[in-house]
Parts: sequence; C-alpha cells; structure tokens
Amino acid sequence: MARPRLETDARGGLHPVGNWTLRELAPHLADLRPQLAKVSRKTPWRLNGIERLDSFGAMLLWQSWGRDWPRELEISEELRAVIAAVTAHVGLRLPRISSFTPLDALVLLGATLLSFMRHVLDFLVLLGQLVLDLLFLCRHPRLWPLREISANVHKVGVKAMPVSALVGFLIGVVLSYLSAMQMKAFGVEVYLVDILGLGIIRELGPVLVALLVAGRSGSAMTAQLGVMRVTEELDALAAMGISRSIRLVLPKVLALTLVMPLLVLWTSAVALVGGMLSAWIQLGTSFAFFLESLPQVVPIANLYIGVGKGAVFGLLIAMVACHFGLRIRPNTESLAANTTASVVTAITTVILVDAVFAVVLRNVGVPM
Amino acid sequence: MRSTAETVVDVRGVVSRFGDNLVLDGVDLTIGADEIVALVGGSGSGKTTLMRHIIGLSRPVAGEIFLFGEPLWAGDYLEQQARRRRFGVLFQQGALFSALNVGDNIAFPLRELKVVREKEVRELVAYKLSMVELEPEHALLMPAELSGGMIKRVALARALALEPELLLLDEPTSGLDPERSVAFVHLIRRLQRQLGITVVLVTHDVATLNALAGRVAVLADRRVISAVSLEETRKVRHPFIERFFQY
Repeated sequence: MARPRLETDARGGLHPVGNWTLRELAPHLADLRPQLAKVSRKTPWRLNGIERLDSFGAMLLWQSWGRDWPRELEISEELRAVIAAVTAHVGLRLPRISSFTPLDALVLLGATLLSFMRHVLDFLVLLGQLVLDLLFLCRHPRLWPLREISANVHKVGVKAMPVSALVGFLIGVVLSYLSAMQMKAFGVEVYLVDILGLGIIRELGPVLVALLVAGRSGSAMTAQLGVMRVTEELDALAAMGISRSIRLVLPKVLALTLVMPLLVLWTSAVALVGGMLSAWIQLGTSFAFFLESLPQVVPIANLYIGVGKGAVFGLLIAMVACHFGLRIRPNTESLAANTTASVVTAITTVILVDAVFAVVLRNVGVPM
Repeated sequence: MRSTAETVVDVRGVVSRFGDNLVLDGVDLTIGADEIVALVGGSGSGKTTLMRHIIGLSRPVAGEIFLFGEPLWAGDYLEQQARRRRFGVLFQQGALFSALNVGDNIAFPLRELKVVREKEVRELVAYKLSMVELEPEHALLMPAELSGGMIKRVALARALALEPELLLLDEPTSGLDPERSVAFVHLIRRLQRQLGITVVLVTHDVATLNALAGRVAVLADRRVISAVSLEETRKVRHPFIERFFQY
C-alpha cells in the first residue's frame, strides 16, 4: 500500500503518486490539502503514478483543478473514466434544508397550535370511543376483557406497591421531622397531627402516587403500544377483527382508574406511619395519641377527596399514555419522542387538575 | 489497478455453537480478491452465523478468521476500526438509522472519518445516490418513507460510502418482488465490475445465485461441503444440493 503523495517535477508539473483512495488519503489530508489548493490553472499534471483512485480521490483532484480538466494532462484512459464518472455527478446538488426565517416562525407557531388542537380532538375522540366501548360492553357482558384488566391491575397496581410505599414512608418521615422542628420553636407541637393528616391524605398522597405512576406505568403503556405499532402487532389485531380500543386501551384505563385510589390509600397510610414514627422519635408523641387524634382533626371528607383525586389522576394518566402510544409511527425516533411527551403531559395534566381540585374544593373538609 | 490473487477472506476451522447446539464444526473457506462468492445452505445451516463471524459481530468458539491477511480481532480499538472500514455490509432489513434522513445515513460513515469536509460529503452523497440509481431529491426522505427496494439501495449506498474492498450482502433480494430483485442484482453486478470489489453474499434465491455468483460455497452438515463454480456445484452429489437446485 503506497502512501499518497504529490510530487513536483522539474518543470513545475504535479505528479500524484500512490493510492489516492479515501482510506489512504485520510491520514495525510492535512498535508495534501494546502498543496492542492496552491495549484494554478497552468500547472501541468501527470497522473500515471497513481496506483488506485476512488471517487473521493477523483473529487479531490477535480476540486483542485477548479472543476475543469487541466490544459496539460497525462492520464491513462482507465483513470480518465473514473474521474469522468465522478464529475458527471458532483455537479448535482443535494436539496438543502432551508434556513429559518420569520415566516417559518409564524408557520411553526400555527403548526404548533394546530397540532395542539389535533391532540385535544384526538383525546376527545379517544374518550368518546371509551364511552362507546363501555356502553357496548354493557350490552354484551360476555365480551368484557377481564383477563387483560386483571393483568393490568397486577402490573400497574400490585407491582407498584413496594416503590410507592418506600417513597411514601420517606416523605412522611421527612415532612414530620421538618415540621416538628419548626413547630417546636413556636411551641405548637400539638398541631403536627393536623399538618401531617391534612397534607398527606388530601394532597401529598394522591399527587405523589400520580407522579410515580405516570413515570412508571404511563411510560410503559405508551412504549408498549408503540412497540406493537413498530412490530405491526396492532395491524395483526385489527386484521383479526379485534378492537384495539376494547382489548388494549380500555383494560389499561379501567385498571389504572380502579387501582389508583387503592394505591393512594396504601401510600398515604405508609406515609402517615412514617410521620408517626418520626413524631414519636422527635417529639415523643405516642402512637395511641396520634391515631386517636387523627380522625378528630382531619375531617373524613379529606379522605374522600384524596381517593377521588386518585381515581381521576389514574384515568388521566392512562388516557394520556394510550393517546400518545397510538400516535407513534413505526420508527424509533417517534417512539422516543412520544414516550417522553406522554410522561411530561401526564405529569403536567395531573398538577393542573390538582390545582383545579384545590380551587373548587377549597371550602370542603378544611377545619375552620 | 489492484494486486490480484490476494486473499480477502480466510476462514479457518471455525466452530460455533449455541448452547448444546453445534452450528458450525470446522468451516474452512478462502475468498480471493474480485470474487463473488455466494453462501448457500438450508435454514439453520449457519449461513447467517458464519456471516456474523466474518463481519465480527460474534466470535467463533474455535478457529480463526483473517480479513485482508490479518486476524479479524487483532490489534487495538483503532486498528480494528480501520479494518472494519475496509468492508461494507448490507443488512437484510437495510438497518438504516431511522432517526437520520437518506442523505445523512449515507454521509454518516464519511462524517465519522472526521477528515472529509461538509461540502465534499454532500458531493460524495450525491454521487453515491446516483451510483445506486437514486435522485439527489431522495436525500431528504426519512427511512420510514422508503419502499423496500429503495431501502436496499440506500443501504447499499451507505455500505459503499467508504469505498470498501469487500462487500458483504445478507439476503440482498429478500423482500423484493422478482422484477425489483433482478434490477437490484444487476445493480450489484455493475458496481462490482465498476469498483472491482470482492462480494460475499448469503442467499437462498436460485435466481440471484444464477445472476451473481461466481463461486458457490454450500454450507451443509455444519461445514462447507463445496466451494466451486455454479456449474460444478450442480454436479456435486449431496442431498441438500440436489434438493436446492431441483427447481
């Protein structure tokens, strides 16, 4: 393998020798480019020293010749053919992606708005389809996808219990510990049970579980539907005449709506245990006192609100996940983008809806 | 332009197994420069396994593979990378990067070299596109928008981007209709003659074999039972070969 070089002869003519191929040229390009750039139109060329020439080498020479054959050129027919083949095409322009203009910004804005509208419309269609499916299933009770619902309950509910318990417990401990320190300073330790009870049962429990579930189960649901699209499983189901909304979407939505209130109860309970433990260590509050005063200071309405919020969040997360899952087109880029969008949208929606709950229910269950 | 009679691929005593299942047991195969060699064999005969060994995607249990006279796995990362840049692979499904458009897919190996300027990359991409009989306008399409035949062409252009000396084709005509597959085979043969490259292909399509192969390596009974020209292969007495060519 001869290294490519550019030799100058006595008459000032250029004499490329060696292998002028991409692989051989690559390590020496830094030296060769300046030499090639200095070439004038009058320089005579002798190309019979070239052992091999590929399209990159031919292009390099063509560039240095200013895209025309040199006036004085010694070349074999074989090499001339190689260069001619390349030069026939290097003039072809690849279409460029045009640069961003203010008009494009306007178009982008419009497209974003329209795409948002389409999302909302598709989401409503999905919701309507679910209602229709439910009505259909009420008339044909034998067609309920019970196995799928049960499998989803296990997947999104039972399997989420350890991680939600761990997170709930730690949040309970931290909340109780930090509040107790402040309250001790003001001498109002007796209100610790109120704070923990109200905060966890009404607000923290449902939101915490919703965030966990959106990240854990929502993303999995979106990705599952997306992979089924990529592998044409969705088409196979449709070809068998099986409704994907009854067999895939409905079980997920029903399962998560049923399971979320239970997960909220479970997580809130564990968080309260964590708070109670911390209060006992920090303030010496006995378990008996904590458990006895809890129902007295926290109206039962808060429990209903917490559990109800859980059900609504579950419905929203599952529907957002299925909405984005069904929009995935059969390529990896779309899969990644929609899974991200699914989780982000689910979390944002949950927090927005939680704020609506807070405003609407501001007079319910709060001790005056 | 190239020193002939040099050995490009040399497979020596390769043994391969999946669990208890012995797939290849002492495979020997030598492929010289400018040859077109087809690997044929029944399902599960280990053609794809042997191909993966030659590409370096998996290592045989025993035996050794030499590419361009050097052991495939010799040297450090950069030496192995340099060796791998000397061959191009056309995967069965194309294996185009679905996040990149056609032009960027073909430009990818060129940009990885980090010495080719962007303007040159664009010109080379236009040239490669014309080589596989596609138009410059196709450069902006995404792989998801391509038909099966176009995917194969783009994948071939990407495999040829670094001007390889050896081209490995895994089932080049699978998934193409007879007309397209004839056109694709003609394209491969034209490029092979024009660029003077060695081609190794895995196929089970007799039409492809007839049109392309200079030599046929038959994998059966866990080894290469014959590696001779197509006419001579037809005369070999072996149950697999007789069944394979009876159509």
